[in-house]
Amino acid sequence: MNGDMSGGAGLHHVGDGGMTRRAGLQPGHAYMRYHPKWYRRRMSVWWWLQKGSYAQFVLRELTSVAVAFFAFIFLWQVWALGQGPQAYAHVVARLGTPLAVVLSVVGFVLVLYHTVTWFNLAPAAMVVRVSGRRVPGWMVAAANYAAWVLLSAVVAWFFLGANQ
Amino acid sequence: MNERLTPFLWLLFSAGGTVAALLFPVHVFLVALAFPLGALPAPSYEALHGLVQHPLVRIYIFVLISLPLFHWAHRFRYTLYDGLQLYHLTNLIAVLCYGAALAGTAATAYVLLTLTR
Amino acid sequence: MASTITLAVTRYRPEEEAEPTVETYTVPFRKDWVVLDALNHIKDHQDGTLSYRWSCRMGVCGSCGMMVNGSPKLTCAAFLSDYAPGPVRVEPLQFFPIVRDLIVDIGEFLHKLKKVKPWIVRAEEQPLSEGEYLQTPDEVDAYKAFSMCINCMLCYSACPIVGLESHFTGPAAIALAQRYNLDSRDQGASGRVEILSDHEGMWGCTFVGDCSRVCPKNVDPAAAIQQYKLTTAVDTLKSWLLPRGSR
Ligand code: SF4
Ligand code: FES
Repeated sequence: MNGDMSGGAGLHHVGDGGMTRRAGLQPGHAYMRYHPKWYRRRMSVWWWLQKGSYAQFVLRELTSVAVAFFAFIFLWQVWALGQGPQAYAHVVARLGTPLAVVLSVVGFVLVLYHTVTWFNLAPAAMVVRVSGRRVPGWMVAAANYAAWVLLSAVVAWFFLGANQ
Repeated sequence: MNERLTPFLWLLFSAGGTVAALLFPVHVFLVALAFPLGALPAPSYEALHGLVQHPLVRIYIFVLISLPLFHWAHRFRYTLYDGLQLYHLTNLIAVLCYGAALAGTAATAYVLLTLTR
Repeated sequence: MASTITLAVTRYRPEEEAEPTVETYTVPFRKDWVVLDALNHIKDHQDGTLSYRWSCRMGVCGSCGMMVNGSPKLTCAAFLSDYAPGPVRVEPLQFFPIVRDLIVDIGEFLHKLKKVKPWIVRAEEQPLSEGEYLQTPDEVDAYKAFSMCINCMLCYSACPIVGLESHFTGPAAIALAQRYNLDSRDQGASGRVEILSDHEGMWGCTFVGDCSRVCPKNVDPAAAIQQYKLTTAVDTLKSWLLPRGSR
């Protein structure tokens, strides 16, 4: 991206290579001789804080950090299962320490935020058709939420019923 | 970054995002909160160990961990260079992010394949 | 109700100043006035040198887009009363080079529009004697929403990726490509995918979604781009997995 001024060369040098490239135009653009100087603003490094919707977007993207964090927690736990009862008990104890609990609570909220934003945005990308007609977006989202409840119940049943 | 790979990486990102959206809340709630805090009766070591003996459970765990890692890699990569305007480091960031996801996937596969006893 | 309202308008006179400045004007406040009416009042009665674009005054031509209090708006559809008591900040569309005052350069945008081949591409034109290409209502529905674009560029001013990467093809142009891809008469999808399968095309988009929020015609360019990504990704996967003949 160009810094500030797009240069004052355009007035005299129609189709000047540097000027046209910086302006992103085809050489010989008809406007070149009539505008002496363009002004381009530079984007701040803090652009994602300047608007609520941008901040929400960045937060949504950063939920992926929580996702990766928990993926490694799961891996750690499965690894411990293979190492024997003591190793496993150690992992469970570590997950119960105050720091781990705070991280898990924050991470859990982020993961929920991911779930909600994912389901709400999914209908935009997925065009579902039933006999030629497009299924409305809210139905696609509702189907996602239904699948979520169902799968969560199945997973919980496996975990909670494992002792029997 | 090889543009021919992008569609494939995007599919992994989407699949991982869907897996994380559907399954992570319940797993996180139980494994990282309810069980360590004693809010719900935790399954015993023997019970879980028995559960992971089943090949389908292992495949499930593999998918549960590996795809969301690629989801992270993709999102984090874009956020890093758009958020901090690190366009000159595009390739390095991509290699590091997808590389980490690949390493995590390999580690998961290794743990699951060697998990006996 | 107050009888006047203040507008803080960006001025840029390249022959006099190196950077844009802000000038404030006070205009009559009327319930039925839009921001464009206020600008016209300024130009007619206070400062004839103020430069801006407009034409239809009814949300059709797409030429009056400006930032109003930081959001991209059609100024002919932005009522002053929604911004009372003011002051109302009026700036040129952001992420575009400013030519003068509220006028931005649209050359890059037009170039991007043209790049996606926004017309019906046929492998072989059917001769006139065979009549027109027919479409069913369902076939029209498939692309209709994406064809409502008036090229107002509000979506470009809403998109941070456009600001970060000036070469990014951007919401309206990619949505327009998708509009033709989805047209049952068109056969140019494979050509467009080659043009848009890179970081200046669809893969530069991270689905911020603001383009769809500001669009005055409910085009939903963000959805168009995500759908485009999904089809492209699935097609690419198929081309790797399936033998040639069965694609
Ligand atoms: S997609 Fe909407 S906001 Fe973008 S140029 Fe077209 S009408 Fe304007
Ligand atoms: S003047 Fe035509 S859209 Fe506003």
